[in-house]
Amino acid sequence: MLAAIGVDSMEGLLVDIPESLRIPRLELPNGLSEFETMAQIASLAARNRAYPDRLTFRGGGVYRRFIPAAVAAVTSKPEFYTAYTPYQPEASQGTLQAIYEFQTLIAELTALDVANASLYDGATAVAEAAMMAHVHTGRNEVLVAGYLHPEYVEVLRGFGEGRGIKVKKGFEPTAKTAAVVFQQPDFLGLLVDAPDLTRRAHDVGALAIACVDPISLAILAPPGQYGADIAVGEGQQLGLSPSYGGPHVGFVACRKDLVRRLPGRLIGTSHDAEGRRGFVLTLTAREQHIRREKATSNICTNHSLCALAASVYMTYMGAEGMRHIAEVSFKRAHALADRLARLPGWELAFPDRQFLNEFPIRVPKAAVVNRKLARKGILGGLDVHRWFRELNGVLTFTCTEVNDPGALDELVEAVSR
Amino acid sequence: MAGRLYTKSHEWLTVEGKSATVGITDFAQSQLGDVVFLELPNPGRKLEANESFGVVESVKAASDLYAPVSGRVAAVNDKLAGKPELINSDPYGDGWILKLDLTGELSKELMDEDAYKKFTETGA
Repeated sequence: MLAAIGVDSMEGLLVDIPESLRIPRLELPNGLSEFETMAQIASLAARNRAYPDRLTFRGGGVYRRFIPAAVAAVTSKPEFYTAYTPYQPEASQGTLQAIYEFQTLIAELTALDVANASLYDGATAVAEAAMMAHVHTGRNEVLVAGYLHPEYVEVLRGFGEGRGIKVKKGFEPTAKTAAVVFQQPDFLGLLVDAPDLTRRAHDVGALAIACVDPISLAILAPPGQYGADIAVGEGQQLGLSPSYGGPHVGFVACRKDLVRRLPGRLIGTSHDAEGRRGFVLTLTAREQHIRREKATSNICTNHSLCALAASVYMTYMGAEGMRHIAEVSFKRAHALADRLARLPGWELAFPDRQFLNEFPIRVPKAAVVNRKLARKGILGGLDVHRWFRELNGVLTFTCTEVNDPGALDELVEAVSR
Repeated sequence: MAGRLYTKSHEWLTVEGKSATVGITDFAQSQLGDVVFLELPNPGRKLEANESFGVVESVKAASDLYAPVSGRVAAVNDKLAGKPELINSDPYGDGWILKLDLTGELSKELMDEDAYKKFTETGA
């Protein structure tokens, strides 16, 4: 088989996987039956140490949340599970209806006019929105205001490079600024003054792009309400497991007059010859197979199965359910912040700033704290110094509904010793 | 109409003094099919001859619009935003697209009606 694909050895096949991550020897004796092999592998796997959800206090863009069984019950239906975006799309009314419902839910959640069928993740959603602003305004600079997820900024730079977009940081847009991008709550979990940043963008004729946490919109003002032109975000919290970082789902919504800049698939409704309601691909002339190099984006696919999971999650939870978990997460995080800030040497990194369910706290020795916690099976805060020089010794802790009060006690106990 | 000039990219223009009216030809609208949307520049924008200034989108294609002559955009046909089908029903009348204040000379490449008719029939 190696010869058929043009690789000369097993090592050659694995060359892209860093050596530190490979298992040098599996120590499996020869001649085992399938049954015996399974037993051996199971006992090896039992040596893995996995942090339970309730003892995971790390977020930074990907979060543990309870996923109702209804999500998998729907997404595992073979009609959805095996389907790729069909080439004769209107033949698959169920697929199109599911996408239409996702779009509707996202548009309602963000209080904007229109949302697309989904994007890959939060990072590419930010980059796609920046391209929309670039094409719409004819300007070449994008201003990142405050703590936007550093990996989103990297993707934004990567996308921008080929399109001649310069990514700048700061709070003062100019006549060259195509868009002001901010995250609410920001990467550290802190609330930003979104209406003010939106106004700053509009004052210079730029667009305001709000990168939002979808669960937070159950209790925070939605982007459409404070006048943001485009809302984007990562939808992982809507019924998708962390899964080592993906696949997740990105979303993008915008004002109606920007719809022709919106990338990717868009589903609408129409009526057939007999007057029956049907779901159809809409405004496809925006897309690259028609607009070629003039299209806003070269994306022509989406994460439909993940978007379906998000739709089922939002529908199942309902507005009330989402508000409830947002409030529980808020209360737990604030209770934890109060207790941690009382520990000797610990202090909130931004005591004057509001937060929802994730907060930055300065600790005596970040690495030591997390090692102590790991020994108790607890995944501690994210060390954000890795990306931000000014945040030396700062960890961001996250609480969601899965971190029960007992888990908070265990965490505080483990770091108090 | 005498005096109407045509481009190889299927725009037309009529000139009156230092002002020109621009649209797309009957042949162009028939090839595009039902026009559903136009993306047009703001008044005041300066255009060079052959510069892309907008997009006409039909049910089957989206095509760029090119300035037949250099000029400053004096007016845009506002009716097209609500009724893009005017491009199909009356391409040389109510379906006009732009008015330009000329800033340059007319190109020798512009065709008169007979030459354009021949061009659309033979592609030459």
